Amino acid sequence: MSTASSHDPVPPKGRGPLARREARLAWQLLLPTLTAVSLVVILPLLAIFWISVKPVTLADLRPPAPIVRESLRGEGDEMRVEYRLRNSSRDTAVTGVVLTDTLPDGLTLAGEPEAPCLVDGQDITCDFGDLEGGDRATVAIPVTGDAETAEDAAEGSAPRVTGSAPNVLTNFTFTLENFARIFDGDEFWGVLGVTLFYTFFGTAGALIVGLFAAMLLDRSFKGQGILRGLYLFPYVAPVIAVAFTWVTLFDPFSGSANALLIQMGVSSSAINFFGERPLALIMVTLFEVWRYFPLSFLFILARMQSIDTDMYEAADMDGASPFQKFRYLSMPQLLGILSVLFLLRFIWTFNKFDDIFLLTGGNAGTRVLTVNVYEQAFAVSNIGAGAAVAVVIFACLVLFSVFFFRVMSREEGL
Amino acid sequence: MIKNGYLTGAVLGVLWSFTMAVTVAVAMSFATGDGFRPGLLGILLAGALCGAAAPRLGRWPTLALGVLLTGLLTLIALPPVVAETMLVSALITVALFGAALGLGMAKIMQQLPTGALTRHEFEGAIIRFLTGFGYVFFTAIVVIPFYVMVMTSLKSQQALLQNPLDFSLDLSRGWDLFRSYRELLTDYGFARYLWTSFYVSVLTVLITLAFSIPGAYAVARLRFRGSALFSRSILLIYMVPMIVLALPIYIGFSMLGLRNTIFGLVLIYPVTTIPVALYMLQGYFRGLPGEVEEAGLMDGLSRLAVIWKITLPLSLPALASVSLYVFMIAWNEFLLAFMLLDDPSKFTLTRGIASLNSSEIPRQHLMAGAVIATVPIMALFLGLERFMTRGLTAGSVKG
Repeated sequence: MSTASSHDPVPPKGRGPLARREARLAWQLLLPTLTAVSLVVILPLLAIFWISVKPVTLADLRPPAPIVRESLRGEGDEMRVEYRLRNSSRDTAVTGVVLTDTLPDGLTLAGEPEAPCLVDGQDITCDFGDLEGGDRATVAIPVTGDAETAEDAAEGSAPRVTGSAPNVLTNFTFTLENFARIFDGDEFWGVLGVTLFYTFFGTAGALIVGLFAAMLLDRSFKGQGILRGLYLFPYVAPVIAVAFTWVTLFDPFSGSANALLIQMGVSSSAINFFGERPLALIMVTLFEVWRYFPLSFLFILARMQSIDTDMYEAADMDGASPFQKFRYLSMPQLLGILSVLFLLRFIWTFNKFDDIFLLTGGNAGTRVLTVNVYEQAFAVSNIGAGAAVAVVIFACLVLFSVFFFRVMSREEGL
Repeated sequence: MIKNGYLTGAVLGVLWSFTMAVTVAVAMSFATGDGFRPGLLGILLAGALCGAAAPRLGRWPTLALGVLLTGLLTLIALPPVVAETMLVSALITVALFGAALGLGMAKIMQQLPTGALTRHEFEGAIIRFLTGFGYVFFTAIVVIPFYVMVMTSLKSQQALLQNPLDFSLDLSRGWDLFRSYRELLTDYGFARYLWTSFYVSVLTVLITLAFSIPGAYAVARLRFRGSALFSRSILLIYMVPMIVLALPIYIGFSMLGLRNTIFGLVLIYPVTTIPVALYMLQGYFRGLPGEVEEAGLMDGLSRLAVIWKITLPLSLPALASVSLYVFMIAWNEFLLAFMLLDDPSKFTLTRGIASLNSSEIPRQHLMAGAVIATVPIMALFLGLERFMTRGLTAGSVKG
């Protein structure tokens, strides 16, 4: 609309000193958050990409190092300080192994120290060079002195030993084996299928049940507040508490649900709800619906209560029936929040780890991608493969997020 | 055809009667531990008759009819709820079911004509049925798990295996009922876990607020290049799954020796909650009138003084919501505590409960642990429900 002619006052261009000061203050206020977030979110994200192309196992987290034990042996002329050295790794060499220690007071050198040790006064230095994987070495240094007091002193002072070994996490060997491994075979596609089933039906179910609950509570009556609080319980309670309660409730031996079903004649024998395919998957999806319907109902209710009532009165005048009012008036108003909720919840359900991990541990056909990260990294102790799965998850999320922001900007946010 | 008062009444009556029969059977089973089950023929007859008659009768006559019908059907061995129990419980069952059936049907069919129904009347009846069904359904699915949780924690393993439905309490045991709790708090160190969880959560709240208040203010009030991008990317951080971060954090903490320390946990927790808190607070700050702050600036306050003296006092309700919400997240957090803590002396409550999940530890201990973790957060929630609800709604959809 700006058709500025030449004689109109021209607004100042560029940024004045005030604007610059404001921007500087803004960045200063944001700095702590930015630092913290980049340390704990960006850095690990980069790390996960790095790890996913490295052959790292759980054992590699402790890099190979020389381990030494010192002891005072023999008596009289035979008395010697003995160092036993070994490489903690079975297959990786440790290079430049140097041991240093001090002879305790009361002990003096008696004779030549064994190679490669050198003794200068009370200081011992042994340069072992390289120690191959699984190698051991023993050196003895003959000493004289009072055995009684010296034993404690000798074994009390810990020798220092240094040596460097290639650390898989920081060196530059890369491998694509992790990805080859997780994409190999049918397992991955099975896991992906389970994830999509769980995510889609968990999200849709929670949304529909939430919509139903919101409609129930979208009227004022005595006890509405209490019911609303009550219906939020599943979401507010700690996940570990409610997950274990479900496991207890549906236990095949001592679970009340089975006892009820048998008594009512629905089933003739106990059902292993969390241990059978495909029932376990349905159960964890139901759990997801149960636990997250409160969230959807809260949002939908908030939206419902902001709908103008005039519209309904007008519809009443025109003789619209209750179902028609819902179909043609409420639904179009709720569509925005429903689609945003669906997308956000979809992403969040996709990310969910705790629920399935606690309910089934990913067994009985319920292993989703997030649980697979844990399984690969800790159960199979292959951290690299776990990271590779994490990268796959991240890629999926980027995809969802792009889609989400497209819709989000259309629906003008929450 | 179906829009006939009698027919609609009969159909809805059968559906309602079935709902009530299942509800009463389950409720009585849980209350007494005896055998109750719905009887299909009885349900059909009682529901159809009561529903068809409801349009002609008022509220109390329908109630009487419901009870009478149930009693009669039970006498002629066609009970809607089959009770294998003693006389008293059977009588209570009949009265409960009859009353629920009659009252419900009177409400559903209120003021309906017996002849043809208009679309309005017909749909109104269906909606009233669905409403009633909804209240029963939602209350049941929420209450049953929590009921089972509390009751299991008060029973012994043998009693549970003998009859998993019997949740009746043996009150003669007196304080011994709470044995699981006593053992957990003394022998299993849950008193310490409670304390750890508490101070970790409080610290998380404080650190989160310290970081997110200035950040949210900057995003909401100050003009700088990239502020729009920034407020968007906050939401993006929401979407990074914890398990993806947990793996590198585990590795990093293992190397830095921060694993197995509460310090490490307090380092991580706030970062998971800062984006949420920032997002919630900036929404609230935007809604505050800017004029008050400008007046403060004109009077010579610095920006920081404006935040401290004007913005914060005005946004106390929002701060309460955010604090509660963050406290809840930190209190309920499981994944990181599970991965990073191995030393039983440093467990948080959720980690402690996870360690109870073994076949050697009786079930009631596990459930008692669950109750111990749930009760504080529930008490807080019920006491401050207003804030919590708002916090949840503002906190977008983080799970």
